[in-house]
Amino acid sequence: MPQLKSLDELRALRQQLQRDVQARTAAATTITVGMGTCGIAAGAREVMSALLDDLAARGINAHVTTVGCIGMCSKEPLVDVKRGDDPKITYGNVNPTMVPRILDEHVADGRVVEDWVVARVAA
Amino acid sequence: MADQYRADLLVSCLHDRPPELLAALDAELAHRGLDKEIRVVKAGCRGWCAQGPVLHVQPDDTFYVGVQPADVPELVEETLVKGRVVERLTFRDPATRKRVHRYADIPSHRKQLRIALRNCGLVNPESIEEYIALGGYEALAKALSSMTPEQVIAEVKKSGLRGRGGAGFPTGRKWESARHAEGEIKYVLANGDEGDPNCFMDRALMEGDPFSIVEGMTIGAYAIGAHQGYIYLPFEYTLAARSLQAALRRARDFGLLGQDILGSGFDFNITLRLGARSFVGGESTAIMHAIEGKPSEPRAKHVHTTDKGLWERPTCLNNVKSWAIIPEIIVKGGDWFAEIGTERSKGTQVFSLAGKINVTGLVEVPMGTTIRQLVFDVGGGLPKKRYFKAIQIGGPSGGVLPAGLLDTPMDYETLAEAGSMMGTGGVVVMDDRTCVVDVARYFLDFLRDESCGKCSTCREGIRRMLDIMTGITKGQGSLADLDQLEQLAKVVQGVSLCGLGKTAANPVLSTLRYFRDEYETHIREGLCPAGVCRSLSRFHILETCSGCGLCVKACPEDAIIGEKKQAHMIDQDKCLRCGACREACNLDKIEIVSPQAIAMMPKPAVVAVKPAAAGRGR
Repeated sequence: MPQLKSLDELRALRQQLQRDVQARTAAATTITVGMGTCGIAAGAREVMSALLDDLAARGINAHVTTVGCIGMCSKEPLVDVKRGDDPKITYGNVNPTMVPRILDEHVADGRVVEDWVVARVAA
Repeated sequence: MADQYRADLLVSCLHDRPPELLAALDAELAHRGLDKEIRVVKAGCRGWCAQGPVLHVQPDDTFYVGVQPADVPELVEETLVKGRVVERLTFRDPATRKRVHRYADIPSHRKQLRIALRNCGLVNPESIEEYIALGGYEALAKALSSMTPEQVIAEVKKSGLRGRGGAGFPTGRKWESARHAEGEIKYVLANGDEGDPNCFMDRALMEGDPFSIVEGMTIGAYAIGAHQGYIYLPFEYTLAARSLQAALRRARDFGLLGQDILGSGFDFNITLRLGARSFVGGESTAIMHAIEGKPSEPRAKHVHTTDKGLWERPTCLNNVKSWAIIPEIIVKGGDWFAEIGTERSKGTQVFSLAGKINVTGLVEVPMGTTIRQLVFDVGGGLPKKRYFKAIQIGGPSGGVLPAGLLDTPMDYETLAEAGSMMGTGGVVVMDDRTCVVDVARYFLDFLRDESCGKCSTCREGIRRMLDIMTGITKGQGSLADLDQLEQLAKVVQGVSLCGLGKTAANPVLSTLRYFRDEYETHIREGLCPAGVCRSLSRFHILETCSGCGLCVKACPEDAIIGEKKQAHMIDQDKCLRCGACREACNLDKIEIVSPQAIAMMPKPAVVAVKPAAAGRGR
């Protein structure tokens, strides 16, 4: 392990290490994947894996959590994005190929991907 | 280098437990292919001692108590795959009987403010990476790069921090004396030798967050100009020693301990010293003697240890909790800390709650929190809806305070005025079935064992007080004994050298002050109203007894007789006076009377007539 020689080096290391504990620190964005039986049957697991891989690749700090069936089974897999104080946006029939666009446009940039929105709940 | 996990499972209470729970979690996560996205973190104690093992799911903040290996498949399936809460494993609030899902919503947690224990249970104590990621070593870097030692001391003085070992000496002033003391070589010491029988906050801190102690000591060493530090802890604390040892090694690996720390040119090293756990051994000069290899006995402090301490050199000793608070003060500023607490007692205090209280374990609350808030809001009140009778604060030599003082704010001065002390923060809650005379006798017995014997007042005085107290609990006391007790207590308090002797009389003096009538009842009426002193209490079933038979089942000696649905009676010749029947009775139909009173009552005649009837159908 390299010896730390200055405050700047410590801060750079902290920046690097912070992703390791991000589940325990506050995040501006929470992404929730519907993982009831219906969601899993419709491919929510693959969506979850794609989300985690793509988030890591982009270095985005967001919490990813799971939730049970909310009753809109025909639109599963459902993915909610709650970005700061913005309304909660629910995307329906999400598949892994859609994940990069949601992350790049909505999570990173704040532009909702209107084509895939199925619900919108104000904060 | 860092992996990204979507959830962390913080598992506490693994101390001394078989590894099945962790193994079950690892196996279940691997089996479901979740081990790359969910991580199990071996965290330290978070104070939930009565409810362990506890498991905290982040980022959802779901909190589970009493988790067993058999619960793991359901827990993983429901919570981590489907995002649902396993209701039966959540915490049930004793006040409302309602389940609480999120950790942040648990009432006893909401009332707390954790500064010394800020990381306990939330980090892997062996990982310096996690400590740094969550803001660790920012304080040391700030002190070394932008503050002079005088500025560090000024900040600590401004914070108003007082020693958390119990005596409450202002930390900043101690540092200043050590800095100004003459001598090239100076030492800093961390005291982790807690000798109280029911205190374990120092252990929890050393096990759960060793880096904050190490960082705090390094800052202190920089401030007073020391280059060597020692952490003294009981050798019985094996996990704490291992955790600290690992922390020292990792800190050296990262250049945060040793030569030229953070490129500042400042050198500092820390060595662990293990001693035998004892009550008097936690006294500051006793620790210095122990580190020097001498018997751990205190000496008179005519010369301050900040002038001549360890090996006759200027030494700054602080409790591990004080050291752990220092980094927070440096990062957030002395003013931030000074805003918490009361006029003269700043910040927070860690209490270990024990006795007749629902939430036993470790809590940290702002100074000035009232006893009522501590017991009823944070501690969840007393179990079985029993009445609050008294509370002992400050460890075995703390005073016992009555229910009338429930609204007393807890800070150093107010507690001392009331006849108790802050001490180490050990708290024992007593209900109406606790005899305060017996409690005072019990603690005298403990202190007699722990007295090192150097001062005759402490060595002989405690023993003599114990003899008198034992006499009273056995019905051999007289009212003159009470005056003699008071006199003896004042001599022991006034003449003994160290904190042990000076405070040893607290339990006796405070109970005499607040519960004198209970002493007098013991002596005049030959009755222990709480039913604890066996020579002075007899159990008697009231005539309104419903005859439910619960007491019959509870009695280990088959001493209770009576027909079903008719009032029962106790055969006093068989009765052990254990009190099991009274605990079992839902209707409070068992009273305590004196041996003289029971002698006047009719003996249970049924004994001879229907001996077999008692057991039938039950």
